[in-house]
Amino acid sequence: MPPDASVLDPLLLARIQFGANITFHILFPTISIALGWVLLFFKLRFNATGEAKWLDAYAFWVKIFALTFALGVVSGITMSFQFGTNWPGYMQTVGNIAGPLLAYEVLTAFFLEATFLGIMLFGQQRVSNRMHTVATVLVAGGTTLSAFWILVLNSWMQTPAGFEMINGQAHVTSWLAVIFNPSMPYRLTHMLLASGLTVAFLLAGVSAYRWLAGQRTGGVHASLKTGVYLAALLIPLQIFVGDMHGLNTLKHQPAKLAAIEGVWHTERGAPLLLFALPNSETRSNDYAIGIPKLASLILTHDLNGEIKGLNEFVGEHPPVAKVFWSFRVMVGVGVLMLLTSWLAAWQLRRVGEPAPWLGRVLIGMTFSGWIATVAGWYVTEIGRQPWLVQGVLKTADAASNVAGGMILSTLIMYLALYVFLLASYISVVFYLARKAKA
Amino acid sequence: MTGIDLAYWLPVIFAALMVVAMFAYVVLDGYDLGVGILLELASDTPQKDQMIAAIGPFWDANETWLVLGVGLLLVAFPLAHGVILTALYLPVALMLLGLILRGVAFDFRVKAQAQHQPLWNRLFFVGSLLATVAQGVMLGRYLTGFAPGWAAWGFALLVGLSLIAAYALLGAGWLIMKSTGDLQQRAVRWAKASLGFAALAALLVSVATPAISPRVFELWFSLPNFFLLAPVPLVSIALFAVMAYSLPKLAQRQQQGNDNFCWLPFAATVGIVALCFFGLVFSIFPHLVIDQLTIWQAASSPEALLIMLFGAAIVLPTIVGYTIYSYRVFWGKARDLSYL
Repeated sequence: MPPDASVLDPLLLARIQFGANITFHILFPTISIALGWVLLFFKLRFNATGEAKWLDAYAFWVKIFALTFALGVVSGITMSFQFGTNWPGYMQTVGNIAGPLLAYEVLTAFFLEATFLGIMLFGQQRVSNRMHTVATVLVAGGTTLSAFWILVLNSWMQTPAGFEMINGQAHVTSWLAVIFNPSMPYRLTHMLLASGLTVAFLLAGVSAYRWLAGQRTGGVHASLKTGVYLAALLIPLQIFVGDMHGLNTLKHQPAKLAAIEGVWHTERGAPLLLFALPNSETRSNDYAIGIPKLASLILTHDLNGEIKGLNEFVGEHPPVAKVFWSFRVMVGVGVLMLLTSWLAAWQLRRVGEPAPWLGRVLIGMTFSGWIATVAGWYVTEIGRQPWLVQGVLKTADAASNVAGGMILSTLIMYLALYVFLLASYISVVFYLARKAKA
Repeated sequence: MTGIDLAYWLPVIFAALMVVAMFAYVVLDGYDLGVGILLELASDTPQKDQMIAAIGPFWDANETWLVLGVGLLLVAFPLAHGVILTALYLPVALMLLGLILRGVAFDFRVKAQAQHQPLWNRLFFVGSLLATVAQGVMLGRYLTGFAPGWAAWGFALLVGLSLIAAYALLGAGWLIMKSTGDLQQRAVRWAKASLGFAALAALLVSVATPAISPRVFELWFSLPNFFLLAPVPLVSIALFAVMAYSLPKLAQRQQQGNDNFCWLPFAATVGIVALCFFGLVFSIFPHLVIDQLTIWQAASSPEALLIMLFGAAIVLPTIVGYTIYSYRVFWGKARDLSYL
């Protein structure tokens, strides 16, 4: 960065703005993807048993779903514009690949979910119960299909495949190779599980809040059980899939992995660092505390396995500290999730309800899935820098020539709006929980 | 391969799809933005709820047409997407702010704490208004080829303000169809009030485009085009006249509990919007940025367009099909919105 780089550096501002928007956006699909399936589960349970508690659970959570969906739609519209306003070079270079994938997302998923959402939310009186169930399936399926296309594109940007460059533009040689690029199956599964866990803790946290506030109804208990058991089931799966995802990154994006592990110099028997302050000036870690040889063991299944260090990627590796710490936040939240969900599941099985202290912990972890998901996305997206499309297009080369002042002023506007909306969302979720019929 | 020149026709097809998506967006989100603009004129909160109930099941899908329209610009004409959206950076940001505010206000206005609900109602109105004006400014800027100077900006602002009337007319027309009683009566009054301003909007755009571009002037005012195209403005004027004549009659009939032809104002407005679209497309084609960039210069590679065309050919009819289904489910007068 030149010494006179000011706060008005357009590239940095464009990145912060895009990062802020996509961070805000991902919060809501992360909930709506899995919550759609949970609503379907409640509805099918009610269809099968006729028990009122499942309908109560559906009635409460469909409100949260509607609110979440609306926030996802409007922040998603912002994204479709910012591709062009912030990164015109992106579509000009890889538009032949990104274009069709985005088009398929809008055509197959966006319309499906948005149209049947109307029937799912407001059509119960106007269509048969079977048709209403179908509408619920289509909404849940639409959100998942949407995630599929977006993750295909994102994975392709991380591990591009199935194309050739002609005159500086990517041209497809095999769509199958584009879609099933090397990191797609791992990233998609990892994200869908993240969505499941986020919703599981949302269900558990809000239901614990209602339970402790004295709403000891069947519907609240059913939501609580669904959330806790879902979390307890998904978290070991997620740890397993996350590990496979890491091995995949080691193979295809070694620079990202070196940043995750804080390995500055290629070494054998690398320690797993629990704490360190990566220092980009000295290109080493300050205050490192680690478990000897564990990183090598996890990543290469060999105590003395070699891990490539950042020294092999000078000028082409991401900022280390951000990636290093985002990863530790994600894993830390994951460990907390494992402890609380298993403890809560055990208590639910033994006593039928969580102890008050554990209920309060669950309330505290209501939005823990958001923290882990966003941290995980920071690992993978910051970890891809300085590339926008790994090995094909650098972020700096895709930027627009919009003036820094213009980006800064709209950035401030967006940030103020997002803080306001996020505060409103969280406060309304708990308000709905308080005023729900006991 | 088949003798058809794909490099020529694919961009044309995608330009046509984009026009269809934009038209669908303007009509569909136009009526629900219009209802948002009119919300402040409701007598009380229950009436506001009725107005929202008339658009509640549809608005999500309506906004998706914007994503499709802009998405098609992005994926089929990436070069133009960059040029147009960078030039429209500020109005786009303000439109998004408006769309975000009103989109979330839909839900917050009934779910938030009682003392905050008036704030969300107000934000629903403000967001709708802001998005509308911003869209009009975008259209105005686009029509002048993003010309600098206060005159061009003034024109854009004027288009922005007149679009308020156009959307209000669509919104009022929609409410006349979907409501009864006091709300319907008011909607007829709102339609009457916005009619003149909406006509001004149509006039502004029609006069400005040929005035700005000699090529467009030539297109419309040379012979025999002048006579061949004469039906476009004439039918528009006729449709405005039909509304000016029939709205007072409808108000009288409605008093006696008979709202036959309540669909007429909305249908006539849609007809006018369609004619305006035809005029615009006729003027601008084959350019994407007037007199600067053609659809062929801006298009993606034929292979990318072809793979999207396959998808669109299968999926778009399905989308139209289930959109019609959804409108049929909620056919007739709106009822209270209830999740169960």
